[in-house]
Amino acid sequence: MECVFGMVGDGFALVAADTSAVHSILVHKSNEDKVMILDSHKLLGASGEAGDRVQFTEYIQKNVHVYEFRNGIPLTTAATANFTRCELALALRKNPYFVNILLAGYDKNIGPSLYYIDYIATLHKVDKGAFGYGSYFSLSMMDRHYKSGMSLEEAIDLVDKCIIEIRSRLVVAPPNFVIKIVDKDGAREYAWRESIKDAAGVSAA
Amino acid sequence: MKLDLSGLQSFPSIPGGAVDDLGVDLFAAPSFQLPACSDFDGFQKDAIQMVKPAKGTTTLAFIFKEGVIVAADSRASMGGYISSQSVKKIIEINPYMLGTMAGGAADCQFWHRNLGIKCRLHELANKRRISVTGASKLLANILYSYRGMGLSVGTMIAGWDEKGPGLYYVDSEGGRLKGTRFSVGSGSPYAYGVLDSGYRFDMTVEEAAELARRSIYHATFRDGASGGVASVYHVGPDGWKKLSGDDVGELHYKYYPVAPTPVEQEMTDAPAA
Repeated sequence: MECVFGMVGDGFALVAADTSAVHSILVHKSNEDKVMILDSHKLLGASGEAGDRVQFTEYIQKNVHVYEFRNGIPLTTAATANFTRCELALALRKNPYFVNILLAGYDKNIGPSLYYIDYIATLHKVDKGAFGYGSYFSLSMMDRHYKSGMSLEEAIDLVDKCIIEIRSRLVVAPPNFVIKIVDKDGAREYAWRESIKDAAGVSAA
Repeated sequence: MKLDLSGLQSFPSIPGGAVDDLGVDLFAAPSFQLPACSDFDGFQKDAIQMVKPAKGTTTLAFIFKEGVIVAADSRASMGGYISSQSVKKIIEINPYMLGTMAGGAADCQFWHRNLGIKCRLHELANKRRISVTGASKLLANILYSYRGMGLSVGTMIAGWDEKGPGLYYVDSEGGRLKGTRFSVGSGSPYAYGVLDSGYRFDMTVEEAAELARRSIYHATFRDGASGGVASVYHVGPDGWKKLSGDDVGELHYKYYPVAPTPVEQEMTDAPAA
């Protein structure tokens, strides 16, 4: 039920994820942020089991920070992707983490990149990728409409098309999505696409 | 499933038999007793399933203008048997934080008590109270490290710290969610319905308590595993306070009083023949 997808454009990479926290038939929350900002120029969109998702992504985030503190320079996106994959691979035969990850980053000399990391520690550098039931709809949409070097407007338009398709065709479609982008100016939240607003005055992160 | 013990077999013994002074055969294959069943893994799984209770309860908590309201029923059930109607499902971690119990009673009580100890140690070490965020993260990390070992805990940590009211949902699968409205247990879908439709951020304490009480009542009405007494607590800036504890049977007649039904036909004596 969790949908995470992402793509690389002209000088930026973006990751979109649904924002529902679900437990069997109950939706506990519809504004849960599943795209973590790893550091100034990296995004980690994760989907999978509740505890694993938060614990594993926080572990990766803290290790990325530790590297930067110890060495004075941040990790490259490729190095982060390989580190993440290794952690999943090392745990796989003992105590596996059930998390699927899309890692997006921007490096000064390389530009934007997107990495597809499976829960069984598959690693691929990709232009577009998706996880979850939503991937059945978003992958073909992206295959059809994606061109390399898309502008931000074109990419957001494609993301919206995917979200509309997921909402209309997936039987238990998540109502709300968050879109985050990373480019030379850093990693930041771009927009939310909400069709159901939590009716609380105090919004919870 | 037949166990494959070929890996335990050693090479054939040296002819003549190497026996040491104690008479032990040095090259005998190592072996150990196994429980007398053919499907050991399945048996283990069944044993865990038997012990692990479904979360038969209704608890809820929500944040509003005046703080946090926490409410729960008080029934404990073992399958179809109601073992108690007076279980305290709202656990007082410290004077400004509450935890709710859903799942295994022992698990919840023990780990909440343990959390209270850790919170007190934090206060002593850091000379300030622990935040609700910190307390819930401590509990979530502990439960995550016991993942897959059969703990059954579905709890909400509610409290008031320097940042104001805080509410977190923590469970034994390792999940931890920050939110403004949660309900946990087998009666939670019923409670969510009433809670979501009646919720407004700017309610008074009495209105919020009545909403919580009503939600618990409706959940106990429909869910067999919930019942007993609906307790309602309020957590404000000065800590928690118990507002009420009403028997849900009595609440039923309070909300739906018995109206005298009009008599359709009166019985009269038959006319004498």
